[in-house]
Amino acid sequence: MVNGQKDRLTIAGKSFDSRLLIGSATYPNSQIMLDSIRASRAQIVTVAIRRVSLEGGAETVVDLLSGEFHILPNTAGCYTARDAVLTAQLAREALKTNWVKLEVIGDRETLYPDAEHLLQAAEDLVEDGFIVMPYCTDDPILCRKLEDIGCAAIMPLGSPIGSGMGVVNPYNLEIIRAQTSVPLIVDAGIGTASDAALAMELGCDGVMLASAVAKARDPIGMANAMRHAIEGGRLAHLSGRIPRKRHAEASSSQRGVIGT
Amino acid sequence: MSWTISVNGEVKSSTVETIAELLAAEGIDPAAQFLAVAINGDVVPRSKWLAAKIRSGDAIEIVTPAPGG
Repeated sequence: MVNGQKDRLTIAGKSFDSRLLIGSATYPNSQIMLDSIRASRAQIVTVAIRRVSLEGGAETVVDLLSGEFHILPNTAGCYTARDAVLTAQLAREALKTNWVKLEVIGDRETLYPDAEHLLQAAEDLVEDGFIVMPYCTDDPILCRKLEDIGCAAIMPLGSPIGSGMGVVNPYNLEIIRAQTSVPLIVDAGIGTASDAALAMELGCDGVMLASAVAKARDPIGMANAMRHAIEGGRLAHLSGRIPRKRHAEASSSQRGVIGT
Repeated sequence: MSWTISVNGEVKSSTVETIAELLAAEGIDPAAQFLAVAINGDVVPRSKWLAAKIRSGDAIEIVTPAPGG
């Protein structure tokens, strides 16, 4: 609550109480995944699209999540615009959603996005009626182009996927924040609660994370920490931090001090 | 008569003529939720699984959501 008003994240006309988007992979098991996601209070949960196992059997992740959460398919693992577009189209068919977290990876080592393929895929998918949320580098020019194409949100990385290094270039995020009208969501690199809080203090509208919770020693505890960090960071942003100064300024008045 | 198709990257000899037959042959329940199929890069909607013909050389992808970040 901010000034008695619910402070909600709105993407493409759909509003969410939580500003945390969370992944569904790499948890120790399905129960810890569910308990962690619930503890995080996240409402948007990402899933990947993969070939069915022809051996069959396994309960799908969506059986556990659908109904309770807004399922956001991603195109993780795609290296070309063509594969990413087809994956989004398959996700739309499988999940009956036109939302997609668009990832087009350019390099296995860094998992950095391929800007050229990302722009092409974003353009094709917007044209095809998708709500496109692209994972991108924290490059203000790329972010501006993605917004101009018609993406519903912009999702720059804080640092490389799974690195846990947090927001390594807050100055770029400030530039991107200033120029972006659609929701700005930091995606990737979050390692701990203060990383998420910093992203929110910089004015981002939300944070997407996965490994930071799923691979924590206590995923449920870390999910709870992330929830509070994002709420705290958001409130701090809205409340206005004091300026940094190079000198001290006493907070207790000097008047009436004894011994003088 | 049988022909060669690729199913999820696996090249095999087959006699199936439709997506519905292919799913049955692969032991996948065609009524299962959250499935999607593409032939040669084009999504085939569920409503066409009985009608869409599979031809020799087709590359077929059968996918479902999985855990993801």
